Amino acid sequence: MSGLASEKSARSAVELTGVDKRFGDVHALAEIELTLDDGEFVSLIGPSGCGKSTLLRVVADLEQPTEGTVRVGGKPARQARLDQDYGIAFQQSGLLEWRTVAENVELPLHVHGVGKAERRARAAELLELVGLADFAGSRPGQLSGGMQQRVAIARALAPQPKLLLMDEPFGALDEMTRERMQAELLRIARESGAAVLFVTHSIPEAVVLSDRVVVMTPRPGRITEIVTGRRPGRADLEPDDVEDVRETAAFFTAVTAVREALRKGHG
Amino acid sequence: MTGPSLATAAPRRGGGVLAPVALGVLVLVVWHVVVVAFAVPAFLLPTPLAIAQQFVAQFPVILSTSAVTGGNALVGLVAGFLIGLVLAVLAASSRLIAELTTPVVLAASAIPIVALAPVFTIMFGSTTEIARQLVVTVVVIVPVFVSSARGLRAVAPVHGDLMTSLAATPWQRARFVRLPGAVPYVLTGLRLAAPAAVIASVVAEYFGGLQNGLGSRITSAAANTAYARAWAFVVASIVLGLLFHLGGTLVERLVTRGRPA
Repeated sequence: MSGLASEKSARSAVELTGVDKRFGDVHALAEIELTLDDGEFVSLIGPSGCGKSTLLRVVADLEQPTEGTVRVGGKPARQARLDQDYGIAFQQSGLLEWRTVAENVELPLHVHGVGKAERRARAAELLELVGLADFAGSRPGQLSGGMQQRVAIARALAPQPKLLLMDEPFGALDEMTRERMQAELLRIARESGAAVLFVTHSIPEAVVLSDRVVVMTPRPGRITEIVTGRRPGRADLEPDDVEDVRETAAFFTAVTAVREALRKGHG
Repeated sequence: MTGPSLATAAPRRGGGVLAPVALGVLVLVVWHVVVVAFAVPAFLLPTPLAIAQQFVAQFPVILSTSAVTGGNALVGLVAGFLIGLVLAVLAASSRLIAELTTPVVLAASAIPIVALAPVFTIMFGSTTEIARQLVVTVVVIVPVFVSSARGLRAVAPVHGDLMTSLAATPWQRARFVRLPGAVPYVLTGLRLAAPAAVIASVVAEYFGGLQNGLGSRITSAAANTAYARAWAFVVASIVLGLLFHLGGTLVERLVTRGRPA
């Protein structure tokens, strides 16, 4: 209730306090404390079963925490979901195959009663942003996996959210497509100014994208370490530079730090 | 008559049409030879030639009776399709309704249509088509309900999560995901029900009522020892059934065109 606390909540994109989640006997999340600042890019990394996807789903209000509080943009998670304060992309693109690409991007706006002309304009803008303007009238089935994922990201951005939640969105893509999508995502995040919470199990991916990499360990799922990624102070980084980043000393240092944190968690 | 229609149903497989046609011709030839050579009595099996002669001679009657039987099948098909679909939508939207309707509809699938036909004829009188249309309706409801209900339940988890994240209302979930996602399943139900509707329509006529359809002509011809004529009407029933099957398949293909299989 203190003025200071609420001021802090208002400034942070996500604030998790003492979050605990149990599915019956399974202790999925334990004592999670995590805060994302506005516009910050944070990755969650860890082995399968460490609760990273559950954590993301708790933020999205797709799961309720057993204990603790979740605030998104200073609001309770449920209110943030109802207000469309976040956009979400899943491991599967989850496109509706009976709608065109443009109609898929429009879906969040359609659900919320935005007029047709405005929806069309916004979808065109977003498809331009993800480089798929020529495919507006195509069906999802006609697109490659990488293109489908870009449509899903455009859809997540449609309500102009302050927060993007991404659950291994590039997990099913080949390495080349994946690296290009990472560069695209950085550009999109910068242009939209949204904070990003990004689940992955690729160490280089987490490091190359993030301001901070949150390392998690399983049974129960908890945060063991937070490693600084390569992005701090370089929010202006050009997507083309992503290639170069992979060869810097800072990148290798961060990758090593994450790897050691993961190994420690296992030991 | 059905040759070209079958060919359009499978346009990419010319050889696939030729082979069954050749087999059919062979069967007819063997049939004819056997009946003639062994002097099989006509009440056991008339020759294909005699049946064909009757088919030509009775053609105006075949057309009018096919129209009656086909009309009953169509009315029952449309009514049963709508009822089955509405029940499936209701069952998908409410657990209570699902628990009430599903066992009833599945029990309906166990109803032998022969048991219903005479009862309906007595209930609705022997001078109307209502009893026959009702029999068809009951037969059609089941496959449409079962297939549609399955389609309406088959929502991918990722689509469920997506609609939750969008704070969609139950009606919006139905409109944006459930209903369009179920369309291929609904049409599969329709395709399965279409030929069954003709069978039901023909058999329902075996139990009295107006003597104006294919089924009643089959029974009356057989009763008058006009076996070749009875067979000619049987052939007409088969053609009608095939037409309904093709119609159902065509509707399914047209509506689901452009979707991945």
